[in-house]
Amino acid sequence: MSAIPSALGTPSLDGALARRALLSARELACRRGDRLLFSGLDFEVCAGDIVWLRGANGSGKTSLLRVLVGLAGAAEGRLDRDGAAGHAVYIGHANALKDDLTALEALQFLARLQGLPADADACAAALRRFGVHGRRHAMVRTLSQGQRRRVALARLLLAPAQSLWMLDEPFDALDTDGCATLREALAAHARGGGGVVLTSHLDPGLHDPEPAVVQLDEVAAR
Amino acid sequence: MSRGVFGAIVARDLRLAARRRVDALLPIGFFAVAASMFPFGVGSEPNLLRQLAPGVVWVCALLASLLSVQQLYGGDFADGSLDQMLVGGTSAWTIAVAKAASHWLVTGVPLVAATPLFGLLFGLDAAAIATLALSLLLGTPILALLGGLGAALTLGLRSAGMLLILVVLPLTVPALILGAGAVVAVESSLSPRAHLSLLGALLIFSALLAPPATAAALRIATE
Repeated sequence: MSAIPSALGTPSLDGALARRALLSARELACRRGDRLLFSGLDFEVCAGDIVWLRGANGSGKTSLLRVLVGLAGAAEGRLDRDGAAGHAVYIGHANALKDDLTALEALQFLARLQGLPADADACAAALRRFGVHGRRHAMVRTLSQGQRRRVALARLLLAPAQSLWMLDEPFDALDTDGCATLREALAAHARGGGGVVLTSHLDPGLHDPEPAVVQLDEVAAR
Repeated sequence: MSRGVFGAIVARDLRLAARRRVDALLPIGFFAVAASMFPFGVGSEPNLLRQLAPGVVWVCALLASLLSVQQLYGGDFADGSLDQMLVGGTSAWTIAVAKAASHWLVTGVPLVAATPLFGLLFGLDAAAIATLALSLLLGTPILALLGGLGAALTLGLRSAGMLLILVVLPLTVPALILGAGAVVAVESSLSPRAHLSLLGALLIFSALLAPPATAAALRIATE
């Protein structure tokens, strides 16, 4: 239902589409137990943006993502999400795959939970894109860490174009091939008017569009 | 959409139970072993066994239900599935009801189905067996709802098992008294209707209050 100008035909992301904020955070502070992790964090994710959250271990990257998706509350500040963008797709550290389901069943369950298309064909196509189609009927417990990560990430391809993706260390456990597929998917999603927020220890290697860096160490509580 | 999520969670839990049959059958196995040990312990005096039967069956069902409910949210919490259930825009209320329903289907229904066998073992007559089964049919969903609440409250804590029993056991005592009392009433040639009506009221009460409390506990646990 979002009022998106018909930019589909034009490669340019200028104008209203690029400026539509999917998420904006103002003066955000986050607390974990009695420790204040950071405060006064301002940033915005517009359609077409990739935001790379950086920071030292324990600086609150995962906590911030959990606040952004609504699993945890912010200690201070305000957070506005564009309702028209639908629910964010969140892929945390844990892959959320059950050992005793097949890769396809696990993906279908997660898609169904979040109201994404969950038919076998769409899910199989997403698995194919991430190179785990051949293992779709294998139990998750027989998959390697990297293959599990691929199954979890395949869910991204089921999400609508203008959705917001929140990814916690998405490149973890992926091989070169997997990283390339993910980079492609991220860039394509951003170019199609979606938004991405990701954390990564290493440079995600994205260039088109160039990711905006949000450095948590700069707003760390002293 | 929430109905779809409810169905998805129940269907997944049933499928997981079917793939882990030994784990899924453990509560009913515990129930069978515990209930059939009593005659060895207290002797084979038929009148004594008949008097003990309702209490023994109910206590064993209660413990079987509580022992198996501990891991209701534990696995989903540890592997991130619970986070995914909560971020999808589904109310935590729906998740709480779905998880309690799947626990009841996996544990409560077999307990109810096995009741006639244990009624016969303890020498109960047909009317008493029917009442016992009916009381468990009303009572096991209460145990699943309250157990789910306890499991959510103790989620992520160390020594959660002990705490769960301390939290939930007192709440289940009314169900135990009413359930066993219904059978005792039948044995004394009285109508069990009052006991069963109160048990039904208790079920409605738990169904109204346990899910929102469970939902709040899940939100706190994942924060």
